[in-house]
Amino acid sequence: MKRPLMLTTGTLTLAGLAFVLVNSLPGCRPTTTQTVVTGDAAAKVYVKPGTHDEFYNFVSGGFSGQLAVYGLPSGRLLREVPVFSVDPESGYGYSEETKGMLMTSSGFIPWDDSHHPELSQTDGVPDGKWCFINGNNTPRIALVDLGTFRTKSIIEIPNSAGNHSSPFTTGNSEYVVAGTRFSVPMGDDAARDVSISTYKENFKGNVSFIHPDPGTGRMSIAFQIATPGVNFDLSHAGKGPSEGWFFFSCYNTEQAYSLLEVNASQRDKDFIMAVNWKLAEQLAKDGKGTRVPGKHYSNWWNEETHSAETTVHEDVLQLDPKDHPGLLYFMPCPKSPHGCDVDPTGKYIVGSGKLAALIPVFSFEKIQKAIAANDVEGDFAGIPVLKYESVLHGEVKKPGLGPLHTEFDANGNAYTSFFVSSEIVKWNVEKLEVVDRVPTYYSIGHLMVPGGDSKKPWGKYVVAYNKITKDRYLPTGPELTQSAQLYSIDGDKMELLLDFPTTGEPHYAQAIPADLVKPREVKFFKIEENKHPFVAKGEKETKVERRGKEVHVWMTTIRSHFAPDNIEGVKLGDEVYFHVTNLEQDWDVPHGFAIKGAANAELLVMPGETQTLKWIPTRVGVWPMYCTDFCSALHQEMQGYVRVSPANSTVPLKGETVSVDAGV
Amino acid sequence: MSTSTKKIAIAVMVLSLTAACGGGNDAPSAGPPGAPTLEKESAGGGAGSKAKLLTEADVTLGDIDAGMAEQGKTTYDVKCQACHSMGENRVVGPGWKGITTRRKPEWIMNMIVNTDAMLAEDPEAQRQLEECLVRMPNQNLSMEEARQVLEFMRTL
Ligand SMILES: [Cu+2]
Repeated sequence: MKRPLMLTTGTLTLAGLAFVLVNSLPGCRPTTTQTVVTGDAAAKVYVKPGTHDEFYNFVSGGFSGQLAVYGLPSGRLLREVPVFSVDPESGYGYSEETKGMLMTSSGFIPWDDSHHPELSQTDGVPDGKWCFINGNNTPRIALVDLGTFRTKSIIEIPNSAGNHSSPFTTGNSEYVVAGTRFSVPMGDDAARDVSISTYKENFKGNVSFIHPDPGTGRMSIAFQIATPGVNFDLSHAGKGPSEGWFFFSCYNTEQAYSLLEVNASQRDKDFIMAVNWKLAEQLAKDGKGTRVPGKHYSNWWNEETHSAETTVHEDVLQLDPKDHPGLLYFMPCPKSPHGCDVDPTGKYIVGSGKLAALIPVFSFEKIQKAIAANDVEGDFAGIPVLKYESVLHGEVKKPGLGPLHTEFDANGNAYTSFFVSSEIVKWNVEKLEVVDRVPTYYSIGHLMVPGGDSKKPWGKYVVAYNKITKDRYLPTGPELTQSAQLYSIDGDKMELLLDFPTTGEPHYAQAIPADLVKPREVKFFKIEENKHPFVAKGEKETKVERRGKEVHVWMTTIRSHFAPDNIEGVKLGDEVYFHVTNLEQDWDVPHGFAIKGAANAELLVMPGETQTLKWIPTRVGVWPMYCTDFCSALHQEMQGYVRVSPANSTVPLKGETVSVDAGV
Repeated sequence: MSTSTKKIAIAVMVLSLTAACGGGNDAPSAGPPGAPTLEKESAGGGAGSKAKLLTEADVTLGDIDAGMAEQGKTTYDVKCQACHSMGENRVVGPGWKGITTRRKPEWIMNMIVNTDAMLAEDPEAQRQLEECLVRMPNQNLSMEEARQVLEFMRTL
């Protein structure tokens, strides 16, 4: 189903009225579903067969919990990377080795709601090394290695609920952040078991700073900062002059806990929270924080053992801003802000009040002056609130309805998505003047310019990630695939070039030139370096072994057979572990492994890799197994049998591959 | 399976093969697992631009070097044995016994390190593929490893 972002039913009704008004204005929306696409649009997105796209586009899978990779400008789907959800295609979350990646303090969680991809950066520019992505529901952040396009690390975020404002990165990916959407009671069990009506006393927010190890990609929580009980929405790090600061949009400063669509829309202004993260880092280093309860899992993919390693942490370092003046400031921001975006110069912070009729742009220089002069209009739960007029660079007046998110090009322009009026509006950051607008189909959420939230946008395109797709493609029942739309921003006028369907909810995305990613591509895993405890380096090392009720099979694959392909002596009540090593050392030649009655999935084993499928036979008989990935002309011949005997059977355990000449 | 059973199973597999690849014992060509596709070649495909193949001058043979042959056997066990027996007969690809008397050293080396180019360009390699019907995997051996495998073949 479609998710109208944070907009509520009440808002939509109101918005509906406004939509009619806007729709009747000339130049705002066409009256039909067809658009005029100029003659050379097709040529601009045509990528000849056998040639590559210019950009990789990393798009969140939303409620699919995954990360999709598209080529730009073609819109071709290149890959779907399993992150937070199990994936039967690859066996991710099903194989014994990958299950650990989805372990949390709530147990094995095979799904999440992933919203924001964020590319790792060096000197404030995406470097093509990693892509981070958040899990909202069971708060987690994942790191995908762009050498393998695989999830390398997942960390759970304690004391958090609805991990929305994440995982935005600092300029050298020293940290990615995670702000809690829902404030919740924290502490031990007694402290968390409180009446919901005590929200104002007992509910607290926090923002977490997660450090990815630059070498291994293993993530840890460096520190958390406790905040008043509000809802955090989005975030971005400062850059250039504002480097060392982080900005978070927050709503529900009413501190409502019921019917938020009304009760959290009472105030004219909510806040953007400014965090001096360099100071927080120093305080944490100086031992100023306290360790508070915060059980969380840290999962890491070991590429040598081809297995997840899981570490459990019981607590987390927390900083209380009350003890550290200068750590946090609030800036009033109209109204229920969503996007919180820093321009490439790092001088301006753009707020996007979902319910506001203007776009406020804050000046980092003015923020610093206001802080120095203690130019405040009071405090909110002990945090100083800077005066709106004092920190404002200016407002973009009447830009459209429902501003959500802003990205930038390299020429001083901003591009803001408008959910309610379904359009992209281009405006000049210094002058705060609208220079162009173009409709989207329909209800755009986030948008994306390649490098558009970094110091050096590549520009060229803006992509709209839309929530509604009706009448864009052939209908497929009540549910339609969601859509992305590619616009050229090369000229003065934005120009629609292409629609393309996306999986899940294409919530947010990032894009990077292909040349930054391609050279690092891993093509196969070196069999010599395989340190999996059950690896078989060659058929010589294949075997079958009983360990009590467990039967372990060291199995190999190569075009086009398994070794062993005949196994006998398995008994009812046994658990069989197939440890499958793919002996191939060639790019793009995985082998699959499936066995009849498997209750989990298949395996897809990459060249040089070992993966394990657990199988518990349920009946006596001979059970076939086969390769699921068409690997050669004799792929259909890539098969074998497992004989399962009664529990009291005396059939000896053996596994073998019998040659043609042995008397078949 | 116990270690001894396993040894027997493998021995049976190796010794009991009789059918040559495609039957033609006169010229069963060898193809030890091969090397990465050349940089300019398209992957997994074959139809790339002309690859630079090794020539007769690139591969010189002396007396059999036992040390090198032993290294070659180690590589064989991990990367080649699944498809090639040390006997005369075919498993997936042709058996290796006597292979160095039937194929030129540079041809064998090319099959190992320039597999895709050979399958794309060399008529003998293509004839072999028509018989075996499984493209020889490019097993990503270095030039040095390939030379060691060739040395091992000479001992068979
Ligand atoms: Cu296969």
